[in-house]
Amino acid sequence: MARRHVMEFERPLFALEDKVVALKRMDVSADPELAAEIEALSAQIEVLRDQTYRDLGPWDRVQIARHPSRPKTEHYIAALFDDVLELHGDRSYGDDEAMFAGLGTFQGRRVVILGHRKGTDTKSNIRRNFGSPHPEGFRKAMRIMQMADKFGLPIVSFLDTAGAFPGIEAEERGQAWAIAESLATLSAVGVPVVAVGIGEGGSGGALAIGFGDRLIMLENSYYSVISPEACASILYRDSAQASSAAACLKMTASDLLGMGIIDEIVPEPVGGAHHDPAAMFVAVGTSVGRALLELSGIHREELVATRYERLRAVGAYAP
Amino acid sequence: MPISDWFSAREARRYTRVSEGASAPASDVPDGVWIKCETCHKTIYEGDLVANMRVCPSCGHHFDVPAPQRIEMIADEGSFLETDGHLAPADPLSFVAAKSYAESLEGGRAKSGLNEGVVTGTAAIDGIPVVLGVMDFRFIGASMGSVVGEKIARAFELATERRLPVVMITASGGARMQEGMFSLMQMAKTSAAVQRHLARGLPYVSVLSNPTYGGVTASFPVLADVILAEPGASIGFTGPRIIEQTIRQKLPKGFQTSEFMLEHGLIDEVVPRGELRSRLALLLNYLTPRVSDGGAS
Ligand SMILES: [Zn+2]
Repeated sequence: MARRHVMEFERPLFALEDKVVALKRMDVSADPELAAEIEALSAQIEVLRDQTYRDLGPWDRVQIARHPSRPKTEHYIAALFDDVLELHGDRSYGDDEAMFAGLGTFQGRRVVILGHRKGTDTKSNIRRNFGSPHPEGFRKAMRIMQMADKFGLPIVSFLDTAGAFPGIEAEERGQAWAIAESLATLSAVGVPVVAVGIGEGGSGGALAIGFGDRLIMLENSYYSVISPEACASILYRDSAQASSAAACLKMTASDLLGMGIIDEIVPEPVGGAHHDPAAMFVAVGTSVGRALLELSGIHREELVATRYERLRAVGAYAP
Repeated sequence: MPISDWFSAREARRYTRVSEGASAPASDVPDGVWIKCETCHKTIYEGDLVANMRVCPSCGHHFDVPAPQRIEMIADEGSFLETDGHLAPADPLSFVAAKSYAESLEGGRAKSGLNEGVVTGTAAIDGIPVVLGVMDFRFIGASMGSVVGEKIARAFELATERRLPVVMITASGGARMQEGMFSLMQMAKTSAAVQRHLARGLPYVSVLSNPTYGGVTASFPVLADVILAEPGASIGFTGPRIIEQTIRQKLPKGFQTSEFMLEHGLIDEVVPRGELRSRLALLLNYLTPRVSDGGAS
């Protein structure tokens, strides 16, 4: 069995659970008081579990969003789409595995699928660069956006990246150019665009495929202009202050719904999506299905105009 | 006189005046201010630097240019009319850390005499009417919050409506962290405004000056028909410090300079400041739609 991943805020709960597991291994018949203690501790666990997972702070949610067992783009694709056909390459430099692009059938409807793709183990994470695309990843996504526009296929995108990759080659090949062109392209496609934040929404690299006619976020996903660690190292000269920075940045789904940046929050199973992936897939499928239904039948000019108005409305100014 | 006072004095005249050769009149030159060039380490008299378009007379190092002076260098005398100058930032996240956003904004205003990190308006360049946007790094690094994004989007909309070319002169540290997602979304907003402008067959030229980074680079500046850059400007998406920390290796010499970007096919030309105005005029002459060309109108 893989080593269990314990998040900071879960430590007291897991410690108590471990204690009960250890007690249960002992001979209960030899000690009549033991059974009573196990029962008492088990009740305590239920209370503590409830406390641990209720009212999660921003930093707790960031940890859930990054949890290694959290369902990833490929899991949502497998669960929600039929006849999936992955398409490769940017037709110029290479194929970036950190970005998924392809075709699929969602509830009987033909769509284009885009998504940041993290790995599920060390090997796949190295191939996929931990979900941080290079310019060719964004250019592949852009190419497939144009295909969606040409063939009138709605776009469903899944956001899960710490950000665009910060490297020498990424700069040499125009990381900023690729992101900007992707933004411009996505703003103008004449098909419905539904973006779903499933985990990490790391700045420009997330935004490149991360806005549209509906922006949906999972309860414990985040979307931020800067990572809490980088923000903390600027603000406090200490990346260990990431927890405070996460709070300052107002990056949780509920913050962003409150500010009118996103349209909808999909509630997660208690403790996070990884506690019950199947239930999570159903909930996401329901939300995406509803969004696509609402957007179907709208003329392409109207879709683009409305999307532009949505973007134009984002901002806060002094009175 | 500190440089900020010098600019507020100019500010009072709405920075639409231009003296011959874009050099400041003698009365505007502060007394006794000496500046050390970071490239050749020579000491330059502030007045000489201003007279030389803030380019080091010894080595050609291009110093940062405050927006008002940049407008004087680029626009025809008296042609600039500011738009949306009243638009001022709010504090949507009530951002408080070691330093509050409110304090940073106050500092930006004091340093620059401006309401925000970009100045937009209509102008003429060698008689060609344009919409002009100029960023001012002194205002919180001209990072792109709601107001910067909004002013840029409005500038493009104005140009689209009047069928005018757009010229943007950039300098920015990137996104404005203190406005969180409001800031990030300005990347999409400004890119969408550029897209609409270009889709109507209208020209857009950008000039990247030192430094242009992050979420600003990755939006409106690099979507231009023609991208120019000033010599030696630092341009990129991720800052060099973060890249070094991530990849744990030293960056090559000249990485992320204008010349590096030219070499990698990402910009059209590196243009020294002294030639910028005439180069823009030449370009706009080529790109501004005319019926007489017999091409698509
Ligand atoms: Zn010098």
